[in-house]
Amino acid sequence: MLDIKDLRVSIEDKEILKGINLKVKKGEVHAIMGPNGSGKSTLASALAGRDYFDITHGKILYEGKDLTELSPEDRAREGIFLGFQYPVEIPGVSMVNFLRTAINSIRKYRNQDPLPAGDFLKLMREKKKIVEIDSDLTNRSVNEGFSGGEKKKNEIFQMALLEPKLAILDETDSGLDIDALRIVSNGVNKLRSPENATIIITHYQRLLDYIVPDFVHVLYKGRIVKSGDKSLAKELEEHGYDWIKQEVDSEV
Amino acid sequence: MTDQEKILSEVTDSDYKFGFHTDIETETIPKGLSEDVVRLISAKKEEPEWLTEARLKAYRHWLTMKMPKWANLKIPEIHYQDIIYYAAPKQGAKYESMDEVDPELLDTFNKLGIPLEEQKQLAGVAVDAVMDSVSVKTTFQDTLADKGIIFCSFSEAVKNHPDLIKKYMGSVVPYTDNFFAALNSAVFSDGSFCYIPKGVRCPMELSTYFRINAANTGQFERTLIVAEDDSYVSYLEGCTAPIRDENQLHAAIVEIVAMENAEVKYSTVQNWYPGNKDGIGGVYNFVTKRGICKGDNSKISWTQVETGSAVTWKYPSCILRGNNSVGEFYSVAVTNNHQQADTGTKMIHIGKNTRSTIISKGISAGKSQNSYRGLVKVLKGAQNARNYSQCDSLLLGDKCGAHTFPYLEVDNKSAIVEHEATTSKIGEDQIFYCNQRGIDTENAISLIVNGYAKEVLNKLPMEFAVEAQKLLAITLEGSVG
Repeated sequence: MLDIKDLRVSIEDKEILKGINLKVKKGEVHAIMGPNGSGKSTLASALAGRDYFDITHGKILYEGKDLTELSPEDRAREGIFLGFQYPVEIPGVSMVNFLRTAINSIRKYRNQDPLPAGDFLKLMREKKKIVEIDSDLTNRSVNEGFSGGEKKKNEIFQMALLEPKLAILDETDSGLDIDALRIVSNGVNKLRSPENATIIITHYQRLLDYIVPDFVHVLYKGRIVKSGDKSLAKELEEHGYDWIKQEVDSEV
Repeated sequence: MTDQEKILSEVTDSDYKFGFHTDIETETIPKGLSEDVVRLISAKKEEPEWLTEARLKAYRHWLTMKMPKWANLKIPEIHYQDIIYYAAPKQGAKYESMDEVDPELLDTFNKLGIPLEEQKQLAGVAVDAVMDSVSVKTTFQDTLADKGIIFCSFSEAVKNHPDLIKKYMGSVVPYTDNFFAALNSAVFSDGSFCYIPKGVRCPMELSTYFRINAANTGQFERTLIVAEDDSYVSYLEGCTAPIRDENQLHAAIVEIVAMENAEVKYSTVQNWYPGNKDGIGGVYNFVTKRGICKGDNSKISWTQVETGSAVTWKYPSCILRGNNSVGEFYSVAVTNNHQQADTGTKMIHIGKNTRSTIISKGISAGKSQNSYRGLVKVLKGAQNARNYSQCDSLLLGDKCGAHTFPYLEVDNKSAIVEHEATTSKIGEDQIFYCNQRGIDTENAISLIVNGYAKEVLNKLPMEFAVEAQKLLAITLEGSVG
């Protein structure tokens, strides 16, 4: 589904990603871990198409297409979803209006008719259950006045509604208390299917107790320095990142 | 240029879609202004002598006045002798039935989305359409007459209801009020008159569409609304003009009188031609709108969506004379390209327990300048007056300007006056968030801008609100990042 080949990304001449290679297949869940400043969020942004940096080298292939040639909105319409680390507030725009515009933009791209209002509201009701989200939340303006937990739940709610093929969850666990963490992880687990894939970007191992990944990658200084299965996450939890840092730094 | 700036300039470069010109036989008088021209206009309209005299008085006063310079507007000199002060579709305004109306004219109104005939049957909106200087057709007169409501062109009202016109015309905006009011009082061509008798709730929205068609012509219409005790009316006004390279002058007067317990809602969607993207052409819009809450417990509410005109100079105001009377002003003013707007309101608190609310949302894009100018005045006797003002500015891009000029004059210690102001830019973060959900940048801007202006758009009658939302999107089409 996703094939990242030797991806190098710079922000104002400073190289942040220094040759990332990653393959993600349908049905897989990949966790990308790493210390602060290792380039995790830059990778997520590069996949989603944020343009404040330059891709200097390499390719991102998504279902055979060169992703870098698609606009951010077309990537979304092709089924890529980014769960934001810091979801943005849009005052005055109701969640209902926002999501209806989103879903109909995606449908238009796929040559489908707009979803009738009744069907849309029904769909919203169904998906709300997945993240145990309050009804009044969807009547409010996008993320405005939401608590940290509500914002993250709202991201998963949107993911449920838009049914992406590839979801990238950027630090979805940050700022969540234990109950919210459980709800958010349950949501993600319910949405797991053999047809879609998920990339979880996280700093801590605790999220991976709830969402069990098939693969764990460690990102450090702009490179994936170690890959393994879920046991790698456990190891990191016990020993911290220092042993990896030492290993890598001693090689240089 | 960054990508965002590129998108911004694309959006702001979109075309004006009401810019067509109707090829219709028009009767005009020679350009220029003099006592003879004022008399000629009055004669063309077969007016009584008292009105001719009133016009001449206004004209003579106008000669002693100078164009106001205090607004934050850069306007090239206007040559008042180069303007034609009267133009009318040649067939005149006396239609017995719709069949007699020039098909070209009907087509014009259809293009504007106002099929008079259809509207008559479906929408239940009574329409008065003013093309250049003459009221073309007023629908629904009979239905309204059953309730005792008068809704007709100003000229008709002069003929049929001279006492009402004599009593109220100039009672809220006297000809001495300002330069443009004096000019209008001298040369006004037509407009609408509306009278709601005591105890009557007008069963439908009343609406006037103004259209400047003929070249080099000024449009000077006046509207007068009188709401007697315990009555209610909601009034809509829409405006468009063809694309022309030269500037066109529009100087209108709107007067509202609300008696005891009466409520008047006045909504405007102003979309005069704004000029092209280099700032050539466009309408100069100088309008004096004022309402007086004469009786106790009366209410006047102005809602305006201003997207058009090269220059806008407009301050719909409320004189709150009756005790417990309420004045409201809700405004969205959008400027793009080289447009300039200096708009706001005046709330004059005279009666006790009077309340006013001002919500102004300015949106500036391109190289435009957008100013809010508002006065809240509480007179000595206005015990317990309340005012809340909120003035927000949204900037799209970095070549435009937003300015706020609030004036407060409070002479009564019991008054509570609040003012809040914010300035924000549409964030790249917000747009990217929308993009990531599949929404393209233009739709994202439209969503964000409409969200920003929602408090005001919500005040518009339903069908107007939808139009206004589309208009905001079109005005800013191609504009942000």
